[in-house]
Parts: sequence; structure tokens; C-alpha cells
Amino acid sequence: MSDTLYYLLIIVGVLVVMLTIAALLIWYERRMLALWQDRYGPNRVGPFGLMQVMADMVKIFFKEDWIAPFADKWVFIFAPTIIVVAVLLGFAVVPFAPGIVVADMNIGLLYFLAMSSLGAYSILLGGISSNNKYSLLGSLRGAAQVISYEVFMGISLMGVVILSDSFSLVKIVEAQKNMWFVIPQFIGFVIFFIAGVAETHRAPFDLPEAESELVAGFHSEYSGMKFGMFFVGEYLGITLISAMIATFFFGGWLGPSFLPPVVWFFIKTFAFITLFILLRASLPRPRYDQLMSLGWKILLPLSLVNLLVTAAIKLAIGG
Amino acid sequence: MTILFYIAAIIAIISTIMVITRTNVIHALLYMVVSLLATAVMFFLIGAPFIAALEIMIYAGAITVLFVFVVMMLNLGEEAVKQEKQWLSFSGWIFPAFLSLILLLEVIFIISSSGSVPISGKVIDPKLVGQSLFTTYLIGVELSAILLLAGIIGAYHLARRKKKVVHRFLELEGAEE
Repeated sequence: MSDTLYYLLIIVGVLVVMLTIAALLIWYERRMLALWQDRYGPNRVGPFGLMQVMADMVKIFFKEDWIAPFADKWVFIFAPTIIVVAVLLGFAVVPFAPGIVVADMNIGLLYFLAMSSLGAYSILLGGISSNNKYSLLGSLRGAAQVISYEVFMGISLMGVVILSDSFSLVKIVEAQKNMWFVIPQFIGFVIFFIAGVAETHRAPFDLPEAESELVAGFHSEYSGMKFGMFFVGEYLGITLISAMIATFFFGGWLGPSFLPPVVWFFIKTFAFITLFILLRASLPRPRYDQLMSLGWKILLPLSLVNLLVTAAIKLAIGG
Repeated sequence: MTILFYIAAIIAIISTIMVITRTNVIHALLYMVVSLLATAVMFFLIGAPFIAALEIMIYAGAITVLFVFVVMMLNLGEEAVKQEKQWLSFSGWIFPAFLSLILLLEVIFIISSSGSVPISGKVIDPKLVGQSLFTTYLIGVELSAILLLAGIIGAYHLARRKKKVVHRFLELEGAEE
């Protein structure tokens, strides 16, 4: 019985912590962007402007929740929930610290990839149910982008699987006791990071919502909390990808023992979240065909070569 | 375990029926995703987590997304729904359904007469799947690899950019090459 209670506590804990982080990231991103662009950012509400999150929440809940009369109503309502659900399900396999993991599956890595591929439906259905040409264009771009970057996102992780001999995330972290996988798998890390940015469709790869050309892309017709769900889903996605980068390539919870493992995990995750925001602050958006040709012509062959070389070295050394 | 399996199986059957009877293509595809997810849960419960993950990643995550993609390109509107409704006439589906019902009864009879095996819950991990793929089923893996290669070359050929003469006077109307 106490075992069940323990798991329930972990599940509730992960849910609460992740949703809080996603909400706080809205403030964090605005402050960081401001810092890098030499302005103040939101600093009026509460200490350091932290209460801005609450103000935004209240505002977004009181906005008119408008459903376009020409939209496919049920799909329109359903679409924003998919991304939040899929990403939150993805957190089920993240090992925060020894023992603090919702489900240590022996297919954890595949499960994460499966959940992140389900997130594509959100963009797709949101765009197509809106019956708006900008939304349709945005979701077409989004779907094509997510599908093509998913391919080598998976392949780039196979090097990690080869080195650690397992799909289980806990085992992958434990295999990095002597050396973080970022050193032998540096190419894999770079490819996974780029694919992660594209998968969460963040700037510079935010072509599905490119506001200068497509109004707001796939969520042009969304307002109120439905838009908020897309927003929260995006920040949850960043957190998930950052947590995954920390787990796969930077030793997860491992670190010198003067800090508890959970703290190490969150420090690493936050470092990558900050990197995501820095990317948005500094890089311009590529053209859509540039994005696609980068993916298929450079990153895919590179990840295949990385996989082959890793496997060959592992075989030669005798694993 | 057994109850969970049957719940997933019933969901799969219902959603598959919905796939056939929906007239709006997007709704049909959504039900198909549900059906695939239910199938994945069934695979997971009978001890094949690897196949379950692949089912979601490949079928639900990639192939059905491509279907939706194509539907978006076609820009089907109200007329398509009307057409679907016409095609789904009673006289059209009743006879095939009757024939399929006979087949279904036969299958139920065969399964019930051959005795059932309880779900053991024994998990086959990815390593075992890989080993059997590259020993027992090696020929199948190789053949599908060749098929995929042929597919890639075909796609490349179809999508290849045609040579274009830049000068507007030299460009021939509707020229292929």
C-alpha cells in the first residue's frame, strides 16, 4: 500500500512541479530575453516581476474563449489538449533522481520518442480544424517539420543506446558514471539538440507560427485558455527536451555529492532551457526550404554516420 | 491484466468501426489513431513493449500524420462529406457486412474450439526482438531494407527538380526537360 502511495506522490509531484516550471518559464523567458536585449522586461508585479505569471494567468482565463463558427468544433477544442497530454506523459519516464521516476520502463527512450511524435497531432489538428488559410499553412509546415526532424532525433539517440546497452533511462544515466555521453557522442548531442528545437517548434525553427508571415500560424484562431494550452505545451516541451538532453548526454542526476541528485538534475535542465531561450534571442529564422534541406541533406546522413561509427567502435573494442 | 486487455480490445474494435462509418475524413483518421493506440496498449499488455512503442511511433506518429497531411493538401470540404454519405448507402454495405459476419462467426468458432492461453505477462525486451530479427528473420529484414531503398530512390526520382532554362525566351512552354 505504501508503495502505491509513494508512486502516487511522485506522479502528483512531477505534475505539479512541471506545470509550475512551465508557468514560471513564461516569466523567465521574458526576463532573460530582456536582459540580452538590454531592457528590463516584466519587473513590476511582485518581487522581480515574478507575480507577472499570476497576472498573465488571470488575464488569459478571463479572455473571451471564442470558437470560430467555421471551425470543426470538437477537433478545434480537442487539439490544444493533445500537446499538453503528450508532453506530460513524456515526463513519466524522466529519472529525476535515483528512485524518483514515475515508470522505469525498459523501453523508456522509445516511449519518449513515441510521446513526442504524438505531439505533432496538436499542430496538425489545430491548424486543419481552424479552417483558416494561415492556420492551414502553419500546420502543414509544422507537421512536415516535426515528422522529418523526428526521424534523426531517434537515430541520433541510438548511439547513446549502443553505449549504454539499454533503452531504460535509469540505466542510461547509470552508464554515464565514468564519462558523460556528450564526449563520445558529441555529434549525437548536437543533432539531438537541433532536432529538439525543431520538435518543440521554438525559434529559430518556429516556422509553423512565423508571425511575420502567417499571423500566428496554426493557432491564429485560438484565444483564451485554448491558446494558453498551446503556450504551456510549448514550455512543457522545452522542459522535456532539456531534461532529456541532461539525461542522455550530461549524466542526468549524476554530479559531485555536495548537492543532492535532484538539484543536479534541475541545474542541468535549467542550463539547457536557458540555452533554448538564448537561441531565440540571438538567431534569425531560416527559410522553410533551408530548414528542410538542413534536416534531410546534412543532419540525417550525419546521424546515420554517427550511428555506424559508434556501432563499429563498440564492436571493435568488444562490447 | 486480462480485463485491461479486453477493455483495450473493445476500444480498438469500436474505434475501427467508427473509422469506417465516419463521413468526415479527419474524424475518421482521429478514430484510426485511437484504434492504433488501443492496439499498442494490447501489445504492451501481452508482453511486447517494444512493438507497442513502435506501433505508436511509426503508425500513430508518422504514417497517420502523413494521411492527415495528404487530406489537408486535398482540401476536402462539404462536398466530400456528402459524397461519402452517398457511398455509404444501406444497399452498398449490407451484403459485404453479412459475408464478413459469417467469416467472423467462423473465426470465433475456431478460436473458441482451439483452447485459450492466458496472458502470461512475460515481457520480451528489445534485445530479444533484435536478436530474433537478425537471426531467424534476417531475410525479411534484408528484403524490407531493399524495398525501402527502392522507395527512397523512387521518391527521389519523382521529386527531382526539372532542369530549367533561366532565360525567359529560351524556355519552352510545358517542356519536361
